[in-house]
Amino acid sequence: MITSRRIERRVIDLYRQGIITGGCYTGIGNEATSVATAFPLAEHDVLVPTHRDMGSHVVRGHTPVQIMQQYLKRATGQTRGKDSSLHMGREGSNIVGMISHLAHMAPVAVGVALAERQLGRNSCVLTTVGDGATSLGDFHEALNFAAVQKLPVLFVIVNNQYAYSTPVSLQYACDKLSDRAAGYGMPGETVDGTDAVEVYDAARRAYTRGRRGEGPTLIESVTMRARGHSEHDDFKYVPSDLLEAWWRWDPIERFERYLEEHHVMTAEERRSVGEDVDHEIERAIDIARADPMPTPESGADGVYRYWEPRWTVPSGEDWELEP
Amino acid sequence: MSEATYIAAIREALVEEMERDARVFCIGEDIGHFGGAFKATEGLLEKFGRGRVVDTPIAEGLILGVAIGAAVRGLRPVAEMQFADFVACGFSQLAYNASTFHYRLGVSVPMVVRLPSGGHVGGGPFHSKNPEAWFTHTPGLKVVAPATPRDAKGLLLSAIRDPDPVIYLEQKYLYRREKDELEGVEAIPFGRASIAREGQHATVVTYANTVSMALAAAETLAARGYEIEVIDLRTLVPWDWETVVRSVDKTGRVLVVHEATRTSGFGGEIAATIADLAFDRLDAPVRRVAALDTPTPAEKQMESYVLPDADKIEAALTDLLLY
Ligand SMILES: Cc1ncc(C[n+]2csc(CCOP(=O)(O)OP(=O)(O)O)c2C)c(N)n1
Ligand SMILES: [Mg+2]
Repeated sequence: MITSRRIERRVIDLYRQGIITGGCYTGIGNEATSVATAFPLAEHDVLVPTHRDMGSHVVRGHTPVQIMQQYLKRATGQTRGKDSSLHMGREGSNIVGMISHLAHMAPVAVGVALAERQLGRNSCVLTTVGDGATSLGDFHEALNFAAVQKLPVLFVIVNNQYAYSTPVSLQYACDKLSDRAAGYGMPGETVDGTDAVEVYDAARRAYTRGRRGEGPTLIESVTMRARGHSEHDDFKYVPSDLLEAWWRWDPIERFERYLEEHHVMTAEERRSVGEDVDHEIERAIDIARADPMPTPESGADGVYRYWEPRWTVPSGEDWELEP
Repeated sequence: MSEATYIAAIREALVEEMERDARVFCIGEDIGHFGGAFKATEGLLEKFGRGRVVDTPIAEGLILGVAIGAAVRGLRPVAEMQFADFVACGFSQLAYNASTFHYRLGVSVPMVVRLPSGGHVGGGPFHSKNPEAWFTHTPGLKVVAPATPRDAKGLLLSAIRDPDPVIYLEQKYLYRREKDELEGVEAIPFGRASIAREGQHATVVTYANTVSMALAAAETLAARGYEIEVIDLRTLVPWDWETVVRSVDKTGRVLVVHEATRTSGFGGEIAATIADLAFDRLDAPVRRVAALDTPTPAEKQMESYVLPDADKIEAALTDLLLY
């Protein structure tokens, strides 16, 4: 959780300095959900994350160096400058890289689960959507079919109160988003998304069900988007008292208190871990900044896995019929 | 030896590939016991079981998204849209998700989308679409459009083996019209046009439904002493520009024909390429025969008025020959 938080704090700094450009979405406030839902996954399970899931990327092994290379659009980044931010997940990583179109990864996650079953691997799949993304048809289509097929998918709705500027009151009219689960014939529960332990327990129950062949689960994890939609957004539309009140529920502070109360980690140990993390992130930034930018021409590479040179239609400047 | 229709050729290719490669599976609406709206998958459920002939709810975005998810995990889905028209409901899964995976992340998406396309069947505005230009305008997708039972089989074999997403446009009008001997049909490489008829006075460049119409027009003109070359492109991305240009070099006159509507149709691309690569070999302007720029009307005579046919092709060729 602190790796996620601190990477994103630095991402914001670099964005403000103009070193990171483009959309700058963070999962600040969402760390407990993102980390604790991914934590119980087994190595062979598959993550289909979305745009505020820095936590689950970190849990699943993406390193600060890889993340910075990607955010800085370096030639060494996973998408080699062709895409940016958390759109990561190369072949063999058990992470399927997202596109921006909301809710579009939900059917893909179901397809992954179908394939895993067909391939004889008893893998669970974790995917997330925001409160806003639940309004798209793809979300409905995916939940319905996952339930029909009894596929081991955990759908996590990260209800962070806003979809860009749209508050949840304008997004849906049901009481809790987890109520929708009943309509699909799957269990649903709403958890406190700032409490890592509660989220973890709920996720583990979902994976246990999934592995037993009992099908998908819907978890609504209630949290707060602690920053603007993207860093360009001053989020003046969020009432300041709401935000202030929320910070008392900072998932990281809550988990630190938990560690303290249960004598898992002392303040001293936590500080030392924090220093190591900071150090690693600074090193990652240095490495990524020193890495080469992609060449402009590489923007035309890799559209297809298989393409023959003769298939490219030439321009008359480069090709001539024999006289 | 027995002869097979276009739809039987599709079925034969599906069965052969499913027998050859356990990763291949079919997914779509009503494709199981019912065998699909046009019976392309008849008997497949009984032969391969529910794991490999997956019936879905009515949800095109789901079907395409699930196919993507399965493909990125190493399966080889063949998704059926009940009619090409309904692919619009899941368009963004193809236009943004499937088409960009390899570009973004180097991840191969070996999936096929079968689209029962085209008019001349009284289908009206919602069951007659020739949607190829939507897809030829989307880098990352390959597009094929067979005109004969042999090509229907050979191109489907290649499409299933291809490591990229392939849009397979199949023609409802051709499903049961003509039969070919399928013995010995192998996978047909993409990007190789077939010269359906040789000639030296003018070239028709076409594909899919209008190939047989162009051949009929050529037959009529042959009686009047004109030898028309008819090129069946067979695949549109990639397309065999070189065969086209060499034919134009020989004949000096070219008519581009497709059943899809004219404006921004693929024919414009062919015409522009000819203008670029063979401008000085042309003895006449490049002409086009295509559907009028309207939705497809339901009533039979109105439909005939709007869509190309052999008579319209013959009239355009006559003009072109006299130019
Ligand atoms: C189909 C689609 N429409 C619009 C957008 C633009 N957009 C990006 S994020 C976003 C808000 C998403 O809200 P929510 O699902 O609650 O996720 P959050 O950002 O709050 O985590 C919007 C409207 C998009 N990416 N995709
Ligand atoms: Mg939200």
